Amino acid sequence: MSGKPVLHYFNARGRMECIRWLLAAAGVEFEEKFIERPEDLEKLKKDGKLMFEQVPMVEIDGMTLVQTRAILNYIATKYDLYGKDVKERALIDMYAEGIADLSEMIIHLVVTPPDQKEAKIALIKDRTKNRYLPAFEKVLKSHGQNYLVGNRLTRVDIHLLELLLYVEEMDSSLLAPFPLLKALKSRLSNLPNVKKFLQPGSQRKPPTDEKTIEEARKVFKF
Amino acid sequence: MSGKPVLHYFNARGRMECIRWLLAAAGVEFEEKFIERPEDLEKLRKDGKLMFEQVPMVEIDGMTLVQTRAILNYIATKYDLDGKDVKERALIDMYAEGIADLSEMMGQLVVTPPDQKEAKIALIKDRTKNRYLPAFEKVLKSHGQDYLVGNRLTRVDIHLLELLLYVEEIDSSLLAPFPLLKALKSRLSNLPNVKKFLQPGSQRKPPIDEKALEEAKKIFKLS
Repeated sequence: MSGKPVLHYFNARGRMECIRWLLAAAGVEFEEKFIERPEDLEKLKKDGKLMFEQVPMVEIDGMTLVQTRAILNYIATKYDLYGKDVKERALIDMYAEGIADLSEMIIHLVVTPPDQKEAKIALIKDRTKNRYLPAFEKVLKSHGQNYLVGNRLTRVDIHLLELLLYVEEMDSSLLAPFPLLKALKSRLSNLPNVKKFLQPGSQRKPPTDEKTIEEARKVFKF
Repeated sequence: MSGKPVLHYFNARGRMECIRWLLAAAGVEFEEKFIERPEDLEKLRKDGKLMFEQVPMVEIDGMTLVQTRAILNYIATKYDLDGKDVKERALIDMYAEGIADLSEMMGQLVVTPPDQKEAKIALIKDRTKNRYLPAFEKVLKSHGQDYLVGNRLTRVDIHLLELLLYVEEIDSSLLAPFPLLKALKSRLSNLPNVKKFLQPGSQRKPPIDEKALEEAKKIFKLS
């Protein structure tokens, strides 16, 4: 094997995308094995590689890790993107979990029944502009630094950048009232590893369209 | 102030209970301020203490922390319940997140519409006995040690104990096929701090009853 982490997931953003982002931002090359048919998932289960029968799963440093947060925590610690001490880590975790809550709402949109979708989108937009973006704008305003925690790049800057891009995909006007967030987004997008990941041809995944989800549902029966 | 952590939440298990468990297991005394009326929650929000307008919130070591996992991670690290190195921590996190997934399903039960409840309970029981309990029984079998990770008590043993007690509340027969989990549950329940927390009069919260939940929903105008 190459020694690179190997990511096992569908060829989609889903719950693996934040992991791809963090590895890319850390400048870590990784391989991907896409699950395309039920047999692919069955094989992983039969081989005992999925502790809870689920993906994402990442093979890294001799471990077979599942659970997004476990994987992110390991990568963040290994590549020194988790703050310098336990108190910085507490802030990083608090901010990252807020981002995860909003991201979770966005992820669920693709599996929301059509008759409930409009209300869900309205709720997401409301939470985005009245709860989450103000909270992070306030953090940046409070210290005036270029990064969310500890005046240097940590995992939560990358998680936030990813989120801001999804917010923009949904409705670019949502970011308008938040100058510090816009500046952060710009700065982070210009970091070499991030810039590379943002370019076409990288391992970054496009938005999942309805048709793809419908097919996946048939194939994987969910 | 006393220097003890102060927990802000409803007088219920909810998303704070795992934090109460971890503090108790670590032998840390804590205070609680219960949110009983909408004004209590509004005040916390107005005072800027809730980063995302939500509880749980814990005041600890000069910080005002929200988000259950952030709070748990801080407590676990501070009281050396987070493994000895990054690889132990990866196992702890992986196991803890599986426990959290099943706990989340159970937590959602109280807000599940009555017509969907039976199906939800069936799913929880299925996942419990076919996915989660077998996974943890397998871990214990693989190393034959008395704790899940690193041959000593870590946070994930406490998270699992809490879960096993909830599983038992739902259906005590679910644990029957898992001898190592039953033994772990027994051993952990006898640790002094845990034993104390399990006794009546501790800060451990009872299961929520439907009536109290209905009232809370009206008071707080939750859907």
